Amino acid sequence: MDNHALQALIDALTSLYPPDRLLSKAGELAPYESDALTAYRVRPAVVVIPETQDEVIQTVKLCHAHKVPFVARGSGTSLSGGSLPVKDGIVIALNRLNHILKLDPRERIAVVEAGTINLDITKAAAPYDLYYAPDPSSQQICTIGGNVAFNSGGAHCLKYGMTSNHILGLKVVLPDGQVVRLGGESTEAVGPDLVGLFVGSEGLFGIVLEITVRLLPRPEKYHTLLAAYSTLEAAGEAVSRVVASGLLPGALEIMDRLAIQAAEAAVHPNYPKGAQAILIVELEGEPEEVSEETQRLEQVIRESGAYEVRVAQDASDRQRIWKGRKSAFSAVGRLSPDYIVQDGVVPRSRLSEALAEIKRLGEQYGLRVANVFHAGDGNLHPLILYDGREAGALERAEKLAGEILDLCIRFGGSITGEHGVAVEKRDYLPRMYSETDLDVMWRLRCAIDPEQIANPGKMFPPGTGGNGVVSPVAHSTNLHPLDQAGIISRE
Amino acid sequence: MIHIESIEDVQRAMRACAHVLPRGGGSKPALSVPPPDVEELDLSNLKGVVEYNPGEYTFTARAGTRIDEVQALLAGHGQYLPFDPPLAEHGATLGGTLAAGLSGPGRYRYGGVRDFILGVRLVDGTGQLVRGGGKVVKNAAGFDIPKLMVGSLGRFGVLVELTFKVFPQADAFTTVRQPCAKLESAVAALERVYLARLDVDSLDLMPGEGGSATVWVRLAGMPGVLHARAERVRALLGGGDVLDGTDDFLAWREAREFTWVPPGWTLVKVPLTPGRIAGLEAILDPLQAQRRYSGGGNVAWVALPDTVPAQRLDGILLPAGLAGLILFGPAGKVRIGARENEVFERRVKAVFDPAGRLPDLA
Repeated sequence: MDNHALQALIDALTSLYPPDRLLSKAGELAPYESDALTAYRVRPAVVVIPETQDEVIQTVKLCHAHKVPFVARGSGTSLSGGSLPVKDGIVIALNRLNHILKLDPRERIAVVEAGTINLDITKAAAPYDLYYAPDPSSQQICTIGGNVAFNSGGAHCLKYGMTSNHILGLKVVLPDGQVVRLGGESTEAVGPDLVGLFVGSEGLFGIVLEITVRLLPRPEKYHTLLAAYSTLEAAGEAVSRVVASGLLPGALEIMDRLAIQAAEAAVHPNYPKGAQAILIVELEGEPEEVSEETQRLEQVIRESGAYEVRVAQDASDRQRIWKGRKSAFSAVGRLSPDYIVQDGVVPRSRLSEALAEIKRLGEQYGLRVANVFHAGDGNLHPLILYDGREAGALERAEKLAGEILDLCIRFGGSITGEHGVAVEKRDYLPRMYSETDLDVMWRLRCAIDPEQIANPGKMFPPGTGGNGVVSPVAHSTNLHPLDQAGIISRE
Repeated sequence: MIHIESIEDVQRAMRACAHVLPRGGGSKPALSVPPPDVEELDLSNLKGVVEYNPGEYTFTARAGTRIDEVQALLAGHGQYLPFDPPLAEHGATLGGTLAAGLSGPGRYRYGGVRDFILGVRLVDGTGQLVRGGGKVVKNAAGFDIPKLMVGSLGRFGVLVELTFKVFPQADAFTTVRQPCAKLESAVAALERVYLARLDVDSLDLMPGEGGSATVWVRLAGMPGVLHARAERVRALLGGGDVLDGTDDFLAWREAREFTWVPPGWTLVKVPLTPGRIAGLEAILDPLQAQRRYSGGGNVAWVALPDTVPAQRLDGILLPAGLAGLILFGPAGKVRIGARENEVFERRVKAVFDPAGRLPDLA
């Protein structure tokens, strides 16, 4: 990095931002050094906090002029290190761009700024009996801009799809400062689906300023059922039975014993005692339809060998069931000082096989693994527990995480269902795609961002395109490759 | 015309020809008739389902596979294509449907073709075989190349294999049809259904003679409660006839297969929102066009008599900020009306087709 360029950029930013919105002191930068992939930390040169779209555009133009990398950040909830800063780069914190610019119930759309909190859209739409469907577990704090960048999922993807399926239009500042609009307000379109390409591009194509989302009518009735099983396999088998029954539940979720214990310790959802696994199934829709479907579901669950079945009697009951599930990631912190949240996909019909293999791997590595997953999608979230104070424990946990990803690829699945590749999985992308596939993706990146200043170091393995991302500086035996490359430093 | 039998054939043709245009079933003639000096690649023999596991809700097939063959296979396992692909009876293929970005009236319930494509293999403009996406229902790894191909009209590559997500088919269907004397009252009825807390399968509106219009609402689900649900719809519409069985089937076949479009007419897809139906009706008035609004008013299908050139529609759509895609009619400029800023699209095009072997973006 050219220090003169960086200093010139900082000088220019000083005239764009008042001092309280341009952070450069170590203490001010600390909260931005990491996101939810907490094992990684990088100190950026400065953090700017724009309050208008124009400030974002001007900032990107300045970064482009001075060839200084930038990372856009929302609430920093990325589990793949998507908003990990770049050393000697800047962070553009978008939280204050949180205005709902338009909410048109008649057209069932909302136009929101990138820093808008996911759940705030649903809150704003609630008076019209509408809602924004994608519900990542972090929806109370994560921003829609981050959801767009990483095509976030949630518990209702099988029926409703991911973030991408709910985004109609985008206003984007490209890495060279040009502003373009993609898509529109209709669910239908003419021409290539550029919105579809942009969603999930992990910040490599620029920064989203405005997002047009579609809103759905709020289901009138929910039927939330919780079934307890004495083996994890039986719960997995129950999922196959539900799928084969022709029902299309809004959600099909499984938690294993360790995840249940963690949830109990943290938020006391009062799940059935002694369960090795619980299955949460949710039907929703018109009351007449739901009550018919409920009969079919209850028969399927009865035949699946559940030893206890509970049905949420009211909204607070339903919330309690979901609270245990949605807090499972953070709850695992009660059981272990450190843990890795993994995210992989296997074909649904191979779920039981995959879980048995993960169990075997956990035993082999001497590490506890809690499993929480979107069973309807085959989307696994193994939580690998370790103690970071123990020498070599993190490396062992990361190695186990890597073996689980290899398993997902071997089974014909994916290395990520909803968290994205970013920093965490960039070394695994070449195992899923051929050299040609990756080359096309890399050339797309370079065509949109020739200077490679938009969120560099994410998605592609270091050294992709021979761009010299890697510059080894350390030879310590115990350092992570990213540490060795001087890209990150860790606690 | 080059008859394609294998993926390698596509690669060879791409490397040998200066300009190519892929063609599937030819059900959308405006998109598949090549201009002079452009070699047509007939993909109708690059067909067959490669993988189908009903328990996964996914299948993979060659791009030239006919939609109706896939539908028959899925129906045998109680499953269907939720985006309700149009023109299946006219021989539409999976690849052509994705490349044209077309969905039928049933897309209202769960989404369009963009919402069900999971993976693609394509031959780019340099003859390389490229894969994007995956074969599982959820995947966030790498750029979403499959979605980029939706509506791309073969501009970025020739699709050779596709993986889709499917859903279980509902047990039964019923339709409420409500004729309204005035367009305004039909639009108001459509909007009431659009906003209601109902699970509607399809929601269409078709203007008729003398300023009248008819609204169609289709419901799908458990047979035992279908008529009770239809009563709720009738209450919202202020009445309406209930169509079951063959009547229900034929009502939607007409929409899906465009049998309402007179032979020889030009057919144009125009995306919009329900609030813009009245405005489009007003500006279309001088064209003697026939119209059908589908997907809850998110798309207008506009049919023009052969006496009205498509350029006239172009001139009407552009100032209204609406875009159009010509499906039936003379080949040539098929994208009409308003366009997005092309900076992004041009950069993408340069990656997939640096030598310009595939059709230009026009």
